[in-house]
Amino acid sequence: MAEFKELPANAPAGAKLVNWFENRFPTVFAEYEKHMAGYYAPKNFNVWYIFGSLAMLVLVIQIVTGIFLVMHYKPDAALAFGSVEYIMRDVPWGWLIRYMHSTGASAFFVVVYLHMFRGLMYGSYRKPRELVWIFGCAIFLVLMAEAFMGYLLPWGQMSYWGAQVIVNLFSAIPFIGPDLALLIRGDYVVGDATLNRFFSFHVIAVPLVLLGLVVAHLLALHDVGSNNPDGIEIKGPNAPKDAQGHPLDGVPFHPYYTVHDIFGVSVFLMVFSAIVFLAPEFGGYFLEYNNFIPADPLKTPLHIAPVWYFTPYYSMLRAITSEMMYALIACVGLAAVLGVVRTKLSSTGKGAVLGAAVVLIALMLAIDAKFWGVVVMGGAVIILFFLPWLDNSPVKSIRYRPDWHKYLYGIFVINFVVLAYLGVQPPSPIGERVSQVGTLFYFGFFLLMPWWSRLGQPKPVPARVNFAAH
Amino acid sequence: MSETPANKKQMDPSKRTWLIATGCAGAVGGVATAIPFVSSFQPSERAKAAGAAVEADISALKPGEKMTVEWRGKPVWIVRRTPEQLAALPKIDGELADPKSERKPSELTPEYARNENRSIKPEFLVVVGICTHLGCSPSDKFQPGPQPSLPNDWQGGFLCPCHGSTFDMAGRVFKNKPAPDNLEVPPHMYLSDSKLLIGEDKKA
Repeated sequence: MAEFKELPANAPAGAKLVNWFENRFPTVFAEYEKHMAGYYAPKNFNVWYIFGSLAMLVLVIQIVTGIFLVMHYKPDAALAFGSVEYIMRDVPWGWLIRYMHSTGASAFFVVVYLHMFRGLMYGSYRKPRELVWIFGCAIFLVLMAEAFMGYLLPWGQMSYWGAQVIVNLFSAIPFIGPDLALLIRGDYVVGDATLNRFFSFHVIAVPLVLLGLVVAHLLALHDVGSNNPDGIEIKGPNAPKDAQGHPLDGVPFHPYYTVHDIFGVSVFLMVFSAIVFLAPEFGGYFLEYNNFIPADPLKTPLHIAPVWYFTPYYSMLRAITSEMMYALIACVGLAAVLGVVRTKLSSTGKGAVLGAAVVLIALMLAIDAKFWGVVVMGGAVIILFFLPWLDNSPVKSIRYRPDWHKYLYGIFVINFVVLAYLGVQPPSPIGERVSQVGTLFYFGFFLLMPWWSRLGQPKPVPARVNFAAH
Repeated sequence: MSETPANKKQMDPSKRTWLIATGCAGAVGGVATAIPFVSSFQPSERAKAAGAAVEADISALKPGEKMTVEWRGKPVWIVRRTPEQLAALPKIDGELADPKSERKPSELTPEYARNENRSIKPEFLVVVGICTHLGCSPSDKFQPGPQPSLPNDWQGGFLCPCHGSTFDMAGRVFKNKPAPDNLEVPPHMYLSDSKLLIGEDKKA
């Protein structure tokens, strides 16, 4: 037990009370010091650094509104649709709580996509922050599962057929697929059993995992320290520090960034409230119109599309047709040949590359394009986990990369938006071609990154961060 | 703790063996405990029992019309095809992925439907209206000719709204589409000229 600290008898009552707690629960005080008042964050954060805090805010909004929705919602295929309408019409202020939750889901993805793009631009995933990035990617993956299962709960047409399509993705896996899909649904079609288990996952299991990952993400971040727009290590061995060893380029998180974040939160809440009150359906993007029709297992709506945040990946799924497989086989073959001709691998290594390519091509010819569509869709998310080892650029931040890297990132963003747009649209021959090119670009961007990120002359990185006092 | 150095000489091998054995036994217990939880994901006995055959009255169905009945929670379509629609079927064999219904015949096409029309009686097509890609229910596109999302030489059939797979009037999938297989023909039999039983055939 730590030694008790005694205050003089004439100390103020408030100080005595704090001291009473500090003697009995010092952890809280130590953690506050470590993560808030004594956590030094770079002082050159720009607007891109608000989205982490906003993601936490949206998580809180979702948990609080979710708790209140569960008080009125009924996870029963016969009652679910009606209970959501009941919340919207009869529960006092129920419409507001529900719109906050539905808008919060989309806001979560807006904020998380921007947060991830920030990491991409400033190299926040690079050594020593690989685990911060990996925990973040895991949060993204779990968030997708959370959003998908939540979307089934209103039991509208889009809920039903969206779940039907995604669960059937699993049945495309050779051998175990059909049984796995059966295990997920708990019935031969999406039904009451599916709704009940998705409710359980959405409300209990997945949020617990999500919270655990958020804690891991933050603890890992505070262990290695935040990156910044210049990609300069402010706590490195050669970084300038004051007499107490605090980085000269850092400021304590509290009060500097807590106040800064309150401003960001205010701006965010203005936009968020405007959507909740004025356009909660957001033109059919946040709440799809077909979801106002109760689920009908006998009739698929004429046009079904996932909610906007899944559509880039959905486009990639649709892009994999049996024709596209030949293009992919050509890519695998080309990669193997380049691996043999251009790299300095040993002859056994080269043999292994060729052998793996032959096996992969054989599998690509033997198994349906449907399965490979699922692989591509999953791979598009999984590939993000490997980003720390794909980027070979000598500098972290886009600020000091060759200019053409910026254009490449620009094309990457445009490509992602185009894929998202095509995923909302009904299938068309031109859209199919564009999404196929887009899919190849998306994977090319990451898989060729070890090569292209080394090219070009980086600009000199300054010793101190760029910061003008204001 | 700190005064005990990590020294091999002080390690008691018999204790370590028992620690390993206890750890393994614990792992086995953990796996055994997981089995009932994972098993609870399986369809319940009630869900398994709900797969009874259904009867359909097809006497009111006119040529060119479709009716839908529910069997095991899935839509089953009964389409009465016109002579023109039937005549168009053999012409497009070249554009189809599996015109002779040879893929996975035991799952998709019962023996009595393994013909050009994929049906017992040429007129009446009976298929499960669930796309073999990802389980959407395709929409009717019986009208021949050019239209959105369809080729200009369209002869009539079905279009899946989800990923654009197309099927002909016998539920056969076109080439180069996301759907790998023809629509499933469920086991079925005629009880009389106007009564169809879906979910059972003469073998059963």
